[in-house]
Amino acid sequence: MGTLRALSVTQQVGLLFVVLFGLLTLITLVAFSRTLQEAPPEKVAARERFARELRALWVGAILFWVAWASGPLGSTILFGLVSFFALREFVTLTHTRRADHRALLLAFFVVLPAQYVLVGMRLIDAFTVFIPVYVFFAIPVISALANDPFRFLERTAKIQWGVTVCVYGMSHAPALLLLELPGYRDRGAFLVLFLVVVVFVAQAGQELASRRIRRRPVARAISRTFSWRAFAAGAALAGVAGVLLFWITPFKPLPALAMGAAAGAAGTLGEFVMKALKRDAGVRTWQGGSSVTGGVGLLDRLAPLCFSAPVFFHSVRWYFGT
Amino acid sequence: MKLPEVAGLALAFIARLVTGAQGFWHGTSPKAEQRIYFANHQSHFDWVLIWAALPRDLRAVTRPIAARDYWTASPLKHWITREIFNAVYVSRQRHKDGTGDDEDPLEPLMEALRNGDSLVIFPEGTRGHAADPAPFKSGLYALAQAFPEAQLIPTWIDNVQRVMPKGEVVPVPILCAVVFGAPIALAPDEERRAFLDRARAAVMALRDVA
Repeated sequence: MGTLRALSVTQQVGLLFVVLFGLLTLITLVAFSRTLQEAPPEKVAARERFARELRALWVGAILFWVAWASGPLGSTILFGLVSFFALREFVTLTHTRRADHRALLLAFFVVLPAQYVLVGMRLIDAFTVFIPVYVFFAIPVISALANDPFRFLERTAKIQWGVTVCVYGMSHAPALLLLELPGYRDRGAFLVLFLVVVVFVAQAGQELASRRIRRRPVARAISRTFSWRAFAAGAALAGVAGVLLFWITPFKPLPALAMGAAAGAAGTLGEFVMKALKRDAGVRTWQGGSSVTGGVGLLDRLAPLCFSAPVFFHSVRWYFGT
Repeated sequence: MKLPEVAGLALAFIARLVTGAQGFWHGTSPKAEQRIYFANHQSHFDWVLIWAALPRDLRAVTRPIAARDYWTASPLKHWITREIFNAVYVSRQRHKDGTGDDEDPLEPLMEALRNGDSLVIFPEGTRGHAADPAPFKSGLYALAQAFPEAQLIPTWIDNVQRVMPKGEVVPVPILCAVVFGAPIALAPDEERRAFLDRARAAVMALRDVA
């Protein structure tokens, strides 16, 4: 640990990426060598699923690296684009009417860029209130001006919700990258990595636990695997992962446990909520192979991050009293 | 690369950024055969969407139909339709007093098909905003009669009316799908109306796929 501390911040971050890509390469090689063996069809299907997830992990890791390497401007633009694609998928899945056109234009071409500009300029106070205060007010005004009262609240609420999840939630990820904490300068990448790892562990943990302990699902119509027991197991595992990673964060072990568990729990709950939304939109085939226009599966993957990033971000700020 | 080519690629990129322009091929595949794609028509964006959903090598040989009076009115419009899309221009109205060009409106289309090009047509004739497409006009029947060897590909464009409703200028980013279906053919003694209704049904049947 001492030798690690002796490295400069840039070297530490560099090492982080070497380890990350090394691990991914290793997993990919193992997975590839497995595909060379013959196997029954259900195993082949499972492998294909795994390969798809692995591809997504690669894309995520490369994005993460590019975001880090390209500095504040690059990372803001990159996360802004991801946000754009997520919002595009969200709007596709919800039913909007002609009168929503202007409000949607506002969301896509004004709110989204403005939010990321605020993040990129590190205007923390401005970017945390911009959407909840100003945009919350502006969207219904624009919608009302379109002169269509049909299901007005429902339509406006949907747009608000999409903006909050896909733009506001997502924008907290680059904000973490740019967050300047006392004694922890330029190490934002570790915070993002910490968040991504605990969220991933919480999801994987819940998935495994739901297979092991057969419990009655809390909401069968939405998810057959979500039970309180499995959820708690996922959050607990995320806490353990948090403790194991405490040395890359500015936290002491116990707060790292709490942070990990909280962020992990927020992530799994976010995914659960997104499942409800997709059920409502009629996307049946979960993840890939869907024939419904718009169900491209980006939103599912980003939902845990969109929900957990703001929780984590504000927990961190609260912890440091900034 | 020449300017029109670059502009074309940029346009296709924007169309993909805004709508995804996902092309799905059901019962047919993207091949360089002579084809007449016929699709539902809801927005000015329809043609760009079909064009962007086609593979790049097919874009060059697939041509849209453009109204001559509107699309040659300004140098920019003329340049876009001529250089990027290689559009087939048709005159919308014949002059009532018998002056001016008195050609058959289908003649430029026949000409393009004789050259071996593929066409995209919107047989409803105008942009609709109802859920179902309007009854098809007879141009498709005439083309099918004159060129029995060209494949008639029904095409359903999903969601595009949400991207750019009539009267709006800026498109909202929403994912769209273009579904290309199995080719239909004119039966030997099929009547005009029966064929057009069958063609319309073939387009609407693709809606469930999207």
